[in-house]
Amino acid sequence: MASVSMTVNGKSVSGDVAPNTLLVDFLRENLRLTGTHVGCDTSQCGACVIHVNGKSVKACTMLAVQAEGADVTTIEGLANGDQLHPMQEAFREHHGLQCGFCTPGMVMSAVDLANTIDNPDEKTIRHWLEGNICRCTGYHNIVKAIEAGSKAMQAGKQAAD
Amino acid sequence: MSSFEYHRPTSVADAVAALGGGDEATVVAGGMTLLPTIKQRLADPSDLVDLSGVGEMKGISEEGGAIVIGAMTTHGEVASNPVVQAKIPALASLAGNIGDPQVRNRGTIGGSVANNDPAACYPAGLMAMNATVHTNKRAIPVDDFFTGMFETALEEGELVTKVSVPVPDKAAYIKFPQPASRYALVGVAVAQTGGAARVAVTGAGQDGVFRVADAEAALSGSFSPDALDGVSVDADGLNSDLHGSAAYRASLVMTLAKRAVAAANG
Ligand SMILES: Cc1cc2nc3c(=O)[nH]c(=O)nc-3n(C[C@H](O)[C@H](O)[C@H](O)COP(=O)(O)OP(=O)(O)OC[C@H]3O[C@@H](n4cnc5c(N)ncnc54)[C@H](O)[C@@H]3O)c2cc1C
Ligand code: FES
Ligand code: FES
Repeated sequence: MASVSMTVNGKSVSGDVAPNTLLVDFLRENLRLTGTHVGCDTSQCGACVIHVNGKSVKACTMLAVQAEGADVTTIEGLANGDQLHPMQEAFREHHGLQCGFCTPGMVMSAVDLANTIDNPDEKTIRHWLEGNICRCTGYHNIVKAIEAGSKAMQAGKQAAD
Repeated sequence: MSSFEYHRPTSVADAVAALGGGDEATVVAGGMTLLPTIKQRLADPSDLVDLSGVGEMKGISEEGGAIVIGAMTTHGEVASNPVVQAKIPALASLAGNIGDPQVRNRGTIGGSVANNDPAACYPAGLMAMNATVHTNKRAIPVDDFFTGMFETALEEGELVTKVSVPVPDKAAYIKFPQPASRYALVGVAVAQTGGAARVAVTGAGQDGVFRVADAEAALSGSFSPDALDGVSVDADGLNSDLHGSAAYRASLVMTLAKRAVAAANG
C-alpha cells in the first residue's frame, strides 16, 4: 500500500491505495465521486476526463500515486453550489446530451479547450473532441453547446477583469 | 490490473538504479501506451519506475542549429512551444496531431521513440529530420535507433534522456489517420537540409518506420511534388490488414509524400 495526498475539487484528500490503483478508481471508489465515468479499457473514449493541475487528462490512464500532490478537478467540482458552470449550462441549453454517459468527460474536455483557446470555432472544437466518444448525439449539439459555453466563459472572464 | 511496486526517482541515475532493483522493472513516462498494455495484461511489470520527477529529462532548448527536447516533454508541450513552432513548425504540427488533447497532455517524446510503435508519428518525423536519440549511455542516430516493429537499439537499463533534432530548411509530416485509433494508417515525413532530402514512412512497413531511397534521390534533385512522378514503393513488405491492403498503403505512401513536399514548400 502507498499513501497519496492530493487536492480534489478544492479539498485536501488522502488515502492508502495499492500502487496499481487507477486515479479514476480512487476518485470513484475511495472518494465516491462517481461523476467521472469509465467507458473503455483502451484509453480511447474520454468518459473519464478530469483536470490535473489545470490540464485535461484521462483518469483511467493515470495511477492514483501519480497524482500525488496534484490539484484535481472532476465534474463535481465545476458548479458553484446550485449554479451550474457556464459549460454545463450550455450543454443543458443546447441539448448537448442524451443518455449522459459521455457528458462529464465532454464537459471537462470542453472547459480545458475554452481555457486554452479563446472562442474556438466549429473545426477547432471537432478536432479537440478527437478523444471524446459519444454513442448517442451525433456530436452536433455537443459542438453547439461548446461553442456557446466557450463564449459564456469568455464573457465571464472579461466581466471579472 | 496486476500489482507492482511504484518508484518515483528524481534523477536519471536513481531511475537506472531503481530499474535494476526489480526482476521485471520497467519505466513509465506518460503511461499512455504502457498503462493500457498492463490493463490488457500484455505487460506484467514487477516494478514501475515513474520518470515524471526526473527534472533532467524535461525541457526544450536550442543548441547549435538543433532543437533539443527532453525525453519527458509531452506532445502538448512540443506542439505549443514557441521555439519549436518558429524553428521546426512541422514538428510542432506533428506533435499537435498525435492522438487527442488528453493523450498529448501525458504522452512524451521519450515514450514514443522508446516504444517505436509501427504506426506512431514521431519515428517518421525524427527519421526524416535525421535526429539523434540521446540515452544515459550514448548518442544514437535515428537510422540506427529504430530497428524494427516495437524494437529499438536501447539496451537493458538504457533510458532515452533527450532527442536532438537538427533544424531542417524545410519539412512536413502528413498523416492519413486510422479514424478509430488516430494513429497513422500511413504517415510520411519529408525534410530538406542543404539540398539533401530525406523521406520516412510510418504505418506501412512490417518492420516499422523506413526511408524511401528512390524518393530521396528524386527530391534531392528537385524538391517538388512533380519530382516524385514515376517513383513508387514496392507493396511487398508493407502491412496489409482490414484497414488497408499493402497495395493501398504503397499508393498512399507516394500520395502523402507528394502532399508533404507541397506542404514543406508552403
Ligand atoms: C488514444 C490514443 C491515441 C494515440 N494516437 C497516437 C498517434 O496518433 N500517433 C502516435 O505517434 N502515438 C499515438 N498514441 C501513443 C502516444 O503517443 C503515447 O504517448 C506514446 O506512444 C508513448 O508515450 P508515453 O510517454 O505515454 O510512454 P509510456 O506509455 O509511459 O511508455 C511506453 C514504453 O516506452 C518505455 N519508455 C518510456 N519512456 C522511456 C524512456 N525515457 N527511456 C526508455 N524507455 C522509455 C516504457 O517502459 C514503455 O515500454 C496514442 C495513444 C492513445 C492512448
Ligand atoms: S475510460 Fe475510456 S478513455 Fe478513460
Ligand atoms: S449522450 Fe450518450 S454517449 Fe454521449
